[in-house]
Amino acid sequence: MNVPRPDRPKVFQPQMPASWWLKHPKYFLFMLRELSSVFIAIFLVVFLVQIAQLPRGQEAYIAFVQKFNAPGWIIFHIVALLFALYHSVTWFEAASKILVIRRGERRVPPQVVTAIGFGAWGALSLVVLLLFLFLRS
Amino acid sequence: MNEPTVTLQVTRYHPEHDEAPRPQLYSVPYREDWVVLDALNYIKDQIDGTLTYRWSCRMGVCGSCGMMVNGVPRLTCAAFLREYYPQEIRVEPLTNFPIIRDLVIDMDDFMQKLRSVKPWIIREGDRPLEEGEYRQSPAELEYYKQYSMCINCMLCYAACPVYGLEPEFLGPAAIALAQRYNLDSRDQGQAQRGPVIASHEGIWECTFVGECSVVCPKNVDPAAAIQQAKVTTTNAWFKSLLLPWGKR
Repeated sequence: MNVPRPDRPKVFQPQMPASWWLKHPKYFLFMLRELSSVFIAIFLVVFLVQIAQLPRGQEAYIAFVQKFNAPGWIIFHIVALLFALYHSVTWFEAASKILVIRRGERRVPPQVVTAIGFGAWGALSLVVLLLFLFLRS
Repeated sequence: MNEPTVTLQVTRYHPEHDEAPRPQLYSVPYREDWVVLDALNYIKDQIDGTLTYRWSCRMGVCGSCGMMVNGVPRLTCAAFLREYYPQEIRVEPLTNFPIIRDLVIDMDDFMQKLRSVKPWIIREGDRPLEEGEYRQSPAELEYYKQYSMCINCMLCYAACPVYGLEPEFLGPAAIALAQRYNLDSRDQGQAQRGPVIASHEGIWECTFVGECSVVCPKNVDPAAAIQQAKVTTTNAWFKSLLLPWGKR
């Protein structure tokens, strides 16, 4: 905290405007990243409710899932997917800053850590996709 | 032939005359090898001797000449006029700090925070001189070297919206310097710095905007220091929870 100093002439204390996050593209992207958690949280709650329909039988489950065909739900899922992708990209980029991996005396370059993250993400997504196609067939 | 000129819009604030800072325009000669600090020095020497700002080394070492140049925290000794020419250049005091006069900010808050993390090597007991120096391998140096490059220029505080919104936040440079000593193999002061770092005003206030690392002129990467300190602190907390009798 800035403590007042009576031995000094007055200082001008600037105030941060409420619109601070609109003044810089990086701050705006940061706020978008924070906002992404809201959509991901809503998606997860909906997903949990969807899973909770399973014990109620096939018909109840299908009836529930068919509600997602409404335009509002489609838009929501597209927006949530975009936010999830954006959040994941920033997550893997951040991981290289946080994870300090050493091989012998040298630090593994952060770019390698990021690349491993993206690689693992891509590989797992591929496995899920193949599993999905396999189960459908 | 007329010499090309560039216009600087400089913030002026006289605490005894002004209610709030005001912009003032100055026209200075444009030279390709001039930095913003050269232009400010020209104004002070040739146009208006009352303009007040801090500077010292002119070579990106002292960390005194940090200001907002077109809204971005920069060392004015490293911001060339040619990066902006022929556009007008806006020079303002570092944001998030109280303004004492013109481009001079009050850095007392930062100095207090810096002191609170004890940025020096702490030993539990000094060895006798005859036992020689505390040796360190290049690998041990590598652990903290990046963070030791901090020149206390406070650009990271000006870039941090969290510090602007929550002035209690310990801030990027102070935490990076705490990490610099915590990671030093010669240091034994981690337990003393811990409570300050792990307090609510410390690392947990940071929401990882990341701009501190972007504006850092020395590539210190304070954002990384803070996130790594979060991991270390969390690990230590879990260890103390699982092994309360064990040595951390």
